[in-house]
Amino acid sequence: MAEFSTPTTEQEFDANFAQIKPLMSNTEALYESSRCLFCFDAPCIKACPSGIDIPQFIRQINTGNTTGAAKTIYEANYFGNACGKVCPTEVLCEGACVYNLNEQKPIEIGRLQSHATRKVIDSGKKLFGPGAPNGRKVAVVGAGPAGISAACELRALGYEVDVFEAKALPSGLTLYGVAPYKITNAETLAEMEYLESQFGYKVHYNQPISSRRELEALEESYDAIFLGIGLGRTNALLLPGEERANCIGAVEFIEQLRTEHHHVAVGKKVIVLGGGNTAMDAASESSRLGADSVILAYRRGKEEMGAYEFEYDLAKGVGVKGLFNVAPVEIVGNGKVEGVKFIRTAIQDGQVQIVPGSEFVEPCDMVIKATGQAKQTHFLQLIPGLQLDGKGRIVADARTGQTTNPKYFASGDALNGGAEVVNAAAEAKATARGIHEYLSNQL
Amino acid sequence: MPDLSINFAGIKSPNPFWLASAPPTNSGYQVMKAFDAGWGGAVWKTLGVPVVNVSSRYGSVNYRDKRMVGFNNIELISDRPLADNLREIEEVKKRFPNHAVIASLMVQSRQEWHDIVRDVTNAGSDGIELNFGCPHGMCERGMGSAVGQEPEVLQTIVEWVMEVAKIPVIVKLTPNISDITEPARAARKAGADAISLINTIQSIVGVDLDQFAPYPIVDGKGSNGGYCGPAVKPIALNMIKNCAQDPNVRLPISGIGGIENWRDAVEHILLGASSVQVCTAAMHFGFGIIREMTAGLEQYMVEKNFNTIYDFVGKALPNVKHWEDLNLKYKVTAQINEDKCIGCQLCYTACEDGAHQAIALREGSRVPEIIQENCVGCNLCSLVCPVEQCITMERRDDGTQHQTWKERTEANNIPTTFNDERAGGLHHWVPEPAAALGKERHKTLPGKARAMGSPAEATATKASDVLTAE
Ligand SMILES: Cc1cc2nc3c(=O)[nH]c(=O)nc-3n(C[C@H](O)[C@H](O)[C@H](O)COP(=O)(O)OP(=O)(O)OC[C@H]3O[C@@H](n4cnc5c(N)ncnc54)[C@H](O)[C@@H]3O)c2cc1C
Ligand SMILES: Cc1cc2nc3c(=O)[nH]c(=O)nc-3n(C[C@H](O)[C@H](O)[C@H](O)COP(=O)(O)O)c2cc1C
Ligand code: SF4
Ligand code: SF4
Ligand code: SF4
Repeated sequence: MAEFSTPTTEQEFDANFAQIKPLMSNTEALYESSRCLFCFDAPCIKACPSGIDIPQFIRQINTGNTTGAAKTIYEANYFGNACGKVCPTEVLCEGACVYNLNEQKPIEIGRLQSHATRKVIDSGKKLFGPGAPNGRKVAVVGAGPAGISAACELRALGYEVDVFEAKALPSGLTLYGVAPYKITNAETLAEMEYLESQFGYKVHYNQPISSRRELEALEESYDAIFLGIGLGRTNALLLPGEERANCIGAVEFIEQLRTEHHHVAVGKKVIVLGGGNTAMDAASESSRLGADSVILAYRRGKEEMGAYEFEYDLAKGVGVKGLFNVAPVEIVGNGKVEGVKFIRTAIQDGQVQIVPGSEFVEPCDMVIKATGQAKQTHFLQLIPGLQLDGKGRIVADARTGQTTNPKYFASGDALNGGAEVVNAAAEAKATARGIHEYLSNQL
Repeated sequence: MPDLSINFAGIKSPNPFWLASAPPTNSGYQVMKAFDAGWGGAVWKTLGVPVVNVSSRYGSVNYRDKRMVGFNNIELISDRPLADNLREIEEVKKRFPNHAVIASLMVQSRQEWHDIVRDVTNAGSDGIELNFGCPHGMCERGMGSAVGQEPEVLQTIVEWVMEVAKIPVIVKLTPNISDITEPARAARKAGADAISLINTIQSIVGVDLDQFAPYPIVDGKGSNGGYCGPAVKPIALNMIKNCAQDPNVRLPISGIGGIENWRDAVEHILLGASSVQVCTAAMHFGFGIIREMTAGLEQYMVEKNFNTIYDFVGKALPNVKHWEDLNLKYKVTAQINEDKCIGCQLCYTACEDGAHQAIALREGSRVPEIIQENCVGCNLCSLVCPVEQCITMERRDDGTQHQTWKERTEANNIPTTFNDERAGGLHHWVPEPAAALGKERHKTLPGKARAMGSPAEATATKASDVLTAE
């Protein structure tokens, strides 16, 4: 493979992780927006989880009203800029664009969206502001897409909002999880700064809420509490040898990558365990960090992978090799990882069955486990009356986001079990309205 | 191999494509380059007493991503000394004896006309074009369209020219007039050999929203200019047809206006032009477009079995009728080809809001449906549909009946009172006005509105309303 040499400087890192949806110039935006048909009851709107009025904002770009376009976008989705870059548009808006049916290239909705929003972010143009103070306060736990979106909407409705965030920077997995070739840290943070300056909520960084006592304090001082805590660390595999050096969870690996860039060391031969989108990301990222070989190992067949097809294509495109129908049984090595012992599998009646006696060791010097994120069950159990479903997701009213403890509301990965940035943003906006409805009725 | 050559009122040219009198024919250098590239002729940039021009000079109408769909200018005639132009005309003619060089002229007095006609003839011009068209600057000095708009003045000046002209004389007409055939007839009466049309149309192509001034802007101010380019072709075609059908004109016509490719040229020819002139397209894309034009024209002639241009000059004219002679019994309605439909629903919204409510949406499908009883056959849906051949207009009458408005008038069978039983739309179904309210509630509610469920509520609480927007 060795398509990518190991980046040693920020410039080399940027080159290896070049943006797959680069910013559009004015001219490109004019040409692309000209193609939009302005469909009636447009299917692209239906396919957008946040229901952005896509033909409207594209038409606004086309008539030279990019400010209005940005407003249209933000009115539906506070992560408008990030979503344009990180949304899996192939399966959302762009996948629904009518041009696909004519075997023509769909409108590049995502890039147009980022084009318009980027303009107002760069200029700092004032589009929104807090509503008239209504005298009530809401605490938001987590400054991810869900938390920040809720904070914006609540401020617009006149609430005082305090956001408590465990980490040092806002935007959650947009900054710590999404692949660096989808969005840069600078872009992510610029949008966060823009929103904060428009709406004026307060974020308390490095302030995890982790004890019953802290929760009680919130319950006392705030009229409602919004939970936007996302998911937790990578699930453990419970395999012998998992503790060996250089066997790391994908979420943790990516977080390191996003914060330390080229200072992150990757193995020469990397095995990524898993078949979801995070596995694809981790594999692509290893390759772009200069690994000589990256193998993606999955328990089932290629067609059964949970990852989107275009994500697998992206990984294949940078030289990642698939190893299908294998299950890891042991991480082998001597202090450090030296290989993974696999056993072959076969699918019978939809179930994964191991093929006895088919064990083999695939040598490697790094293992990345992309085996899903754990739920924050331990923390959630500190909230009295809060129900979780069988999969550890918060149970809440679908329209208002109100949990089984009426003071608590939730949105995003913690509620939906793990989806996209756009889902968290859309849900949180609706939930903020739910909070407003609930508190207004309490008068 | 079809023969593209023409003999236009005595002016011979290897093909019917001429450059119109304009910046592309400003110098011998440009004309030679154009002939070298394949153009058949050139009408030299209008000569007269040299002018002084302003800067800037051009403005443009851009449609979405398409530039210069319409174009205008506030330039005047040639600003180069006559002697330089005459010398270059001579040089071009020597090098290209079989190409057409036509001198465009605009002067004032009878003496000036006599002098300049002799000068350009001596320089070797194949013909003369009288510029009675320029709609800005020159007309304020009593020339250009000021002449073209007064048939009597035009006739007098053409007569002056004919007194001395030894080479064919073409009169170039201005479209800034209600009846183009009047100056055309005056040209014929005065003995002109041909007419050419159209010159540019008086226009303002746009207004700068920040400077509050029309384009093109000269030190914060602007002026009306002359409009041309693709956008003016329909106006040119109609005027050419009017002149070609007028029995009192009967002069060869050089078609000008919005010609950019072989198709545009063929359309001009089918309506009566026997040479065509091009300005804006050459200014936009350069002389190289001639290759596509000649190749396209040749291919068309091969496919239609036309040997010469004259096989199809005016061939569409018999089919251009007065409205009252059209068959009222002819009936087409729209048909959607479901396999091709991509579900954009533009046809639905166009017909629903802009035509006759003859297209319905269906539950569970994005492919709309034509309500045949309501379709009046206006074509709108087939025009807006973005997919080729997806909506076709199908003939529904059996072709046995023919009745025109004229025949109905003669038979006393036309609506004559306000509520006449014979009103065309009387039996056509139109929904009750109140049925419009909330008709499209099913349409997906975008973003904010969707989160709130009801559109009324959503509008009332739009973020921009409650927030202090700038
Ligand atoms: C590897 C990876 C790649 C992804 N790629 C994409 C992609 O390309 N496109 C896309 O749209 N989505 C992608 N996603 C999904 C997307 O990032 C998430 O769906 C989205 O970020 C969820 O937002 P959230 O606000 O619910 O949670 P998070 O983004 O997880 O934010 C939660 C925040 O809460 C904080 N927090 C948690 N607990 C506490 C506490 N007790 N006290 C205080 N703060 C707390 C966290 O530090 C974090 O900042 C990806 C996810 C992963 C893991
Ligand atoms: C910049 C400019 C200058 C022109 N100057 C003249 C001129 O000097 N004499 C003339 O007869 N027509 C002049 N015209 C009109 C053109 O010859 C032609 O009639 C008109 O542009 C329509 O053709 P088109 O649509 O191909 O451009 C000029 C047009 C332009 C754009
Ligand atoms: S579906 Fe495509 S063409 Fe239609 S409105 Fe949406 S982006 Fe435009
Ligand atoms: S305009 Fe054409 S493609 Fe669009 S819905 Fe109508 S028939 Fe289908
Ligand atoms: S032809 Fe006109 S009336 Fe008939 S369906 Fe199409 S748009 Fe409607």
